[in-house]
Amino acid sequence: MLGSGAMTNSIGDIALAGCYLLIGANTSETHPVIGFDIKQAVKSGSGLVIINPVKIPLVRYADLWLRNKPGTDVALLMGMARSILDEGLADLDFINERCEGFEEFKRALAEFDLKTVEGITGVGAKDISRAASMYARGNPSSILYAMGVTQHSHGTDNVMAIANLALMTGNFGKPGSGVNPLRGQNNVQGACDMGALPDVYTGYQKVCNPDARSKFETAWGVKLPDGPGLTVTEMFKKIDQGLIKALYIVGENPVLSDPDAGHVRQSLEKLELLVVQDIFMTETARLAHVVLPAVSFAEKEGTFTNTERRVQKVRKAVELEHGKALPDWKITGLIAQQMGADGFSYQSSEEIMTEIASLTPSYAGISYKRLEEEGLQWPCPSNEHPGTSILHVERFARGKGRFMPLEYRPAPEAPDSEYPLLLTTGRNIFHYHTGTMTRKSAGLNALSGQELVNISTGDAARLKIKDGDNVYVSSRRGKVAASARITDDVPEGLAFMTFHFAESAANILMSADNLDPIAKIPPLKMASVKIARI
Amino acid sequence: METFKLKIDDRQINAGGGDTVLQAALKAGIYIPNLCYDPRLAPYGGCRMCIVEIEGTRGFPAACTTRASDGMVVKTYGPQLDRLRLDTLELLLSDHPTDCLTCPGNQRCELQKVASFLGYNQRSLKPRKSDHPIDDSNPFFNLDRNYCVLCARCVRTCDEVTGINAIELINRGDESRVSTFAGSRLAESECRSCGECMVSCPVGAIHAKNSPVATEETATICPYCGVGCGIYLGTRQGKIVSVRGNEASPSNRGSLCVKGRFGINEFVHHSERLKSPRVKKEGGFESAEWEEALRIAGDKLSGYKPEEVAVIASAKATNEDNYVLQKFTRAVLGTNNIDHCARL
Amino acid sequence: MGLNSLRKESIHEWNEVLNPSRPQIFVGMSTCGEASGVVAVNKAIQDGLEEHGIDAVVNKTGCLGICYCEPLVDIIKPGKPRISYRSVEKTNVSGLLKDYILDDNPRPDLALGAWGQEFKGIPDLFELDFMKFQVRIALRNAGVINPENFSHYLARGGYQGFEKALDMDPEEIIAEIEKAGLRGRGGAGFPTGMKWKLCRKSRNFPKYLICNADEGDPGAFMDRSLLESDPHSVLEGMLIGAYAIGCSRGFIYIRAEYPLAIKRLKIALEHMKRHHLLGENILGSGFSFDIEIREGAGAFVCGEETALMKSIEGQRGTPYSRPPFPAQAGLWGKPTNINNVETWANVPVILEKGAGWFNRHGTEKSKGTKTFALAGKVNNTGLIEVPMGMTLEKIVYAIGGGVCDGKELKAVQTGGPAGGCLPLAKLGLTVDYESLAEAGSIMGSGGMIVLDEDDSMLETARYFLAFIQEESCGKCVPCRTGTRQMLAILDTFIKGRGKPQDIETLLSLGDSIKKTSLCGLGQAAPNPVLTTINYFRGEYEKGINPKLLRAKAHQ
Ligand SMILES: Cc1cc2nc3c(=O)[nH]c(=O)nc-3n(C[C@H](O)[C@H](O)[C@H](O)COP(=O)(O)O)c2cc1C
Ligand code: SF4
Ligand code: SF4
Ligand code: SF4
Ligand code: FES
Repeated sequence: MLGSGAMTNSIGDIALAGCYLLIGANTSETHPVIGFDIKQAVKSGSGLVIINPVKIPLVRYADLWLRNKPGTDVALLMGMARSILDEGLADLDFINERCEGFEEFKRALAEFDLKTVEGITGVGAKDISRAASMYARGNPSSILYAMGVTQHSHGTDNVMAIANLALMTGNFGKPGSGVNPLRGQNNVQGACDMGALPDVYTGYQKVCNPDARSKFETAWGVKLPDGPGLTVTEMFKKIDQGLIKALYIVGENPVLSDPDAGHVRQSLEKLELLVVQDIFMTETARLAHVVLPAVSFAEKEGTFTNTERRVQKVRKAVELEHGKALPDWKITGLIAQQMGADGFSYQSSEEIMTEIASLTPSYAGISYKRLEEEGLQWPCPSNEHPGTSILHVERFARGKGRFMPLEYRPAPEAPDSEYPLLLTTGRNIFHYHTGTMTRKSAGLNALSGQELVNISTGDAARLKIKDGDNVYVSSRRGKVAASARITDDVPEGLAFMTFHFAESAANILMSADNLDPIAKIPPLKMASVKIARI
Repeated sequence: METFKLKIDDRQINAGGGDTVLQAALKAGIYIPNLCYDPRLAPYGGCRMCIVEIEGTRGFPAACTTRASDGMVVKTYGPQLDRLRLDTLELLLSDHPTDCLTCPGNQRCELQKVASFLGYNQRSLKPRKSDHPIDDSNPFFNLDRNYCVLCARCVRTCDEVTGINAIELINRGDESRVSTFAGSRLAESECRSCGECMVSCPVGAIHAKNSPVATEETATICPYCGVGCGIYLGTRQGKIVSVRGNEASPSNRGSLCVKGRFGINEFVHHSERLKSPRVKKEGGFESAEWEEALRIAGDKLSGYKPEEVAVIASAKATNEDNYVLQKFTRAVLGTNNIDHCARL
Repeated sequence: MGLNSLRKESIHEWNEVLNPSRPQIFVGMSTCGEASGVVAVNKAIQDGLEEHGIDAVVNKTGCLGICYCEPLVDIIKPGKPRISYRSVEKTNVSGLLKDYILDDNPRPDLALGAWGQEFKGIPDLFELDFMKFQVRIALRNAGVINPENFSHYLARGGYQGFEKALDMDPEEIIAEIEKAGLRGRGGAGFPTGMKWKLCRKSRNFPKYLICNADEGDPGAFMDRSLLESDPHSVLEGMLIGAYAIGCSRGFIYIRAEYPLAIKRLKIALEHMKRHHLLGENILGSGFSFDIEIREGAGAFVCGEETALMKSIEGQRGTPYSRPPFPAQAGLWGKPTNINNVETWANVPVILEKGAGWFNRHGTEKSKGTKTFALAGKVNNTGLIEVPMGMTLEKIVYAIGGGVCDGKELKAVQTGGPAGGCLPLAKLGLTVDYESLAEAGSIMGSGGMIVLDEDDSMLETARYFLAFIQEESCGKCVPCRTGTRQMLAILDTFIKGRGKPQDIETLLSLGDSIKKTSLCGLGQAAPNPVLTTINYFRGEYEKGINPKLLRAKAHQ
């Protein structure tokens, strides 16, 4: 609806927001350094509205905390939009000049009177309108969100609901405003930018666009497939059906990270060929036929692109001792050469960046030479271009910002008598992702050494679980053991755990079905579970 | 930003809008002894080391709490200033151990720097013995209050930078000390182990558990979350021995969290790192040469139709890695079946 | 909407007290009175009235400052002057009531004085030496009215100054204060009008106003007494200040150890609210202002204005460097005007009676009066208010009635812990900001302790230095560690083990601490030691270890 899926603003300018709307994010834990900035801004007077069923640590700083029922973000955000409209707080000039689809959107809002929204979300109408007014009057206001918004069966709706709010208040294109997804992994932005996605080449050039395809065909000197490929979850389905027979995995550990992990493992075992390339013998690598050793970030040159679209230089600091490991690009290149392909005999990562720049308009001005000085934010279309710290300043990438009329759809997997609790997942500050790197640190393990499933006091009492008890958390897909932490940081009916611990891999419990229809993101944030003492 | 001129020790200096006298002097390469100053923190004025004389101003204002202004004439040394500073230093040292060689802050210590700058050479006041127990509960750093000079930089950092507010100064006067809010040990407190306080501590009071001095530093990017903090990997004899935040990085301006600061060297130098290719044979994995491994992978992959293969890329690998991988998938394997766990 | 009709009623009510149709009894109920047993006396009065079937009205009043005569009870019979009885005890009060009220015997043996006239062998109270030389401006109502009765304050001219102010331009008000020459009574003596002007000039809003009632000096109780005896005089001052400066919110920062003062302030604030002297649109003038009480934990340093503001903000109460001055950026970074209790109490009178009336009192540079807590080895101890420029001698001998037991005066300590000791030879010194500073002491907030020949100057210096050392906030090095080092050295002299060169060490260390400390506490901390070395060096020399002296002689 805007024409790009990245943070519209920069880390440096979010400090200028008059009001923050933080939704589905636990920023002080998952993006601690941005958390620092938010806290300092709030201390010097910025407003903070938090939408989250879980009492995250930043709640201490919030002016207003809306504890909505899990999975009701769309309704809540639409309710806020309705209140902004009704209170006359919409920025009509901005809407007229820069947006389209407002009338239709207005009609969709008819469904979301605050009483109804209160009923769906469990958040009082007063609080909804106060949040709406704080956001609309922030001047500027910034929305920050993370996995809690996207990892839902209707994550895309959530994101659109967020963009609607920003559009109707004119919170685009100026410092301290914007819609700012905080991306989880260090180079998730870069992996997307580079076209490690089934439907796009670098810089989001569509594979089904014939012009783009022929450009790449010319550059690479081969005929390229048309039509988008499979997403990870679809791949696993096809593996089950015996249609996909070989899989090459680089630097990922789906056995721990992907939903319905028990199923993932079974699928991988069905493959005729599994090649895994990593720095450690991960749970996934153990299932491989061939394991290829890669060097770590500290042992190679390259670039990462962070959540604010800043391309930054990664430099080699040490050699891997006595090792034969190689940079990933080199290994992939060697396989390509083994298969008789041309165009993979790169001598350095710099050479690769030159090729990227030549084929990617938003990276066209990026070169190692420039990155030596400082990181550059894309779009950076030419050598003279200073990079772009704020997107959509004068116009949206797609031209006009489009309002999306939305409706509320309840979460597909609702708790029932057998699995009466909802489980949601997240991170803690001490570990990263599946723990491949952080669990190797004795110190980090000392600070956070085991999975703690957070259970509300009410549920704990009912289930006769005490703080520190060992429990099984089980869903329709499997069960894991963890230690119980009794806390009212989670509301009754909701449990929370991380996915850092191989021995309590929460993703075993999650469903790989019910994908978000557009982004194909599995609803990792929610599953119905039961919890019982071991 | 408006700039103006002032005179420090008979030198004309340019300074900018918000500069304090201390900042203006330091920028111009004029050292004024200081201990409680940290550029990231609001002026404090506790150590009184940075006192100066300013024409037209009574007494001896602290350079760190005095805003520089146009036409100011500042003197940073002189017989009286030198004596006053030495007296203050003498007082500080009467509360401080003198076993510098075994102190973890040795050579990084700002108090040593001040003492040597001022030519301190004899102790005349009676020292006070202190025997606070060392708080070594945190896995990465210790808090040894015996070395503390009460500059409050740690406390202010934990407030003004991180907003975590795990520590505070308690008690009054020379009974003051750094404490967690509940008085518990750090490991049992709200502390998130970011180590920002340790970085700010000018002496050896908060020090990393084992951190030999790095001989080389490499500017790079933290491999953890999407903030992409600029870091310096400090190395010594081929190993990473320290990490510090890059103040010049616009994404983090020097700050780091516990993972970036303390969670890198162990995994990089871990004994379980994969060092050679492995191929699964009958009895399990065997080490192989690249040749063999590549041959197996390459030859087998060649045997599948495009729709029979797929690739999973990595949100942790570099842009270059991912580019080559998707190029490989599309140009060599002939499929668009490439994805990564971006959505997770 | 003025106070005129209310004031008329109040005057009527007050006249009924002064010229009553039935006897009026006043009991000095303030903290000092309570300490001397007035609660029991009050009870005994109630019992006595019942026992003798006397129909009389019992009023509370504040403190007249005549501490050496507490508990004080006043009786007014119809057509008779107000008579103050001294050192009343629960055992003799019933007899007194019977004798005077029923039997018309005014008991001159128990009386201290009659108000405004001699009466049947009882001297005029205001002609007593203790009272005669005083000029009571800040203390104008103290011990006279019932501090919990709004009418009493109104009847005695209360809020007339404020009503006058409402008819003036803020600038005019400030000019009047400047013309009066009022200077801060909290210690530093900064010109009040100038301070207000600075704050008024700032274009940053909102602005705050603070009354500093932290009063941490050991032995000082002027502010407490004033707040207990006449809270409205302080509040009216604040109201005038807020109007003149343009403040919207005021705070009274008072130590929690002053429960009675807090209680009376709360009652007074209630009065103000009830009569539209607080809140929105005060007296229909369009000016809005509110006052909140903030209780401090009683750290001495929290009386220092920057530390005080931190404390109000809810942070650790430690000082920070100025500039920025509170007038530029104070509470929560906003322009803030802070004055002492006594400073505020002077303001209404200046408005009511004019700057010219006020600045008749005092010296060239120090106008008006100053209250002192006169204590130590002096016959008449108490709270006094004298015109600036009175000599120490007059205060000690004329008002204080001289040194106890006919002993020789040795020194007068002024200015509290940050002050200094002035020797007999300096007794001719006039008490004003400049002269005291010149002699090495300070006016301070008003502590004045008389020391006689038996007092050790070293012990005196130690008392104050130890207090400061305890109270140092610890933020800056010279004060935190320097005071401890000075104390340690001082102790060697007290024990007779001083090193000869350590007198110089004390002097130079003291000099460094004064020059390098961050706030006024550290900057004045060495004063007690420095002035005693200056004026009583001999006592230090006597504290030198004789062995070391001999060794020195040998060299
Ligand atoms: C250590 C220290 C303690 C102080 N304590 C008090 C106090 O208790 N009451 C007071 O009014 N001023 C006190 N002051 C002075 C205040 O900082 C400030 O100057 C005063 O409140 C200003 O009011 P004034 O101008 O009316 O005197 C103290 C100053 C210092 C340095
Ligand atoms: S490590 Fe971080 S959280 Fe812990 S005390 Fe230091 S600054 Fe605060
Ligand atoms: S621990 Fe270090 S930083 Fe903290 S107050 Fe002491 S010396 Fe300063
Ligand atoms: S002079 Fe004393 S009281 Fe004042 S800031 Fe320094 S340590 Fe604190
Ligand atoms: S650096 Fe200025 S007082 Fe410490």
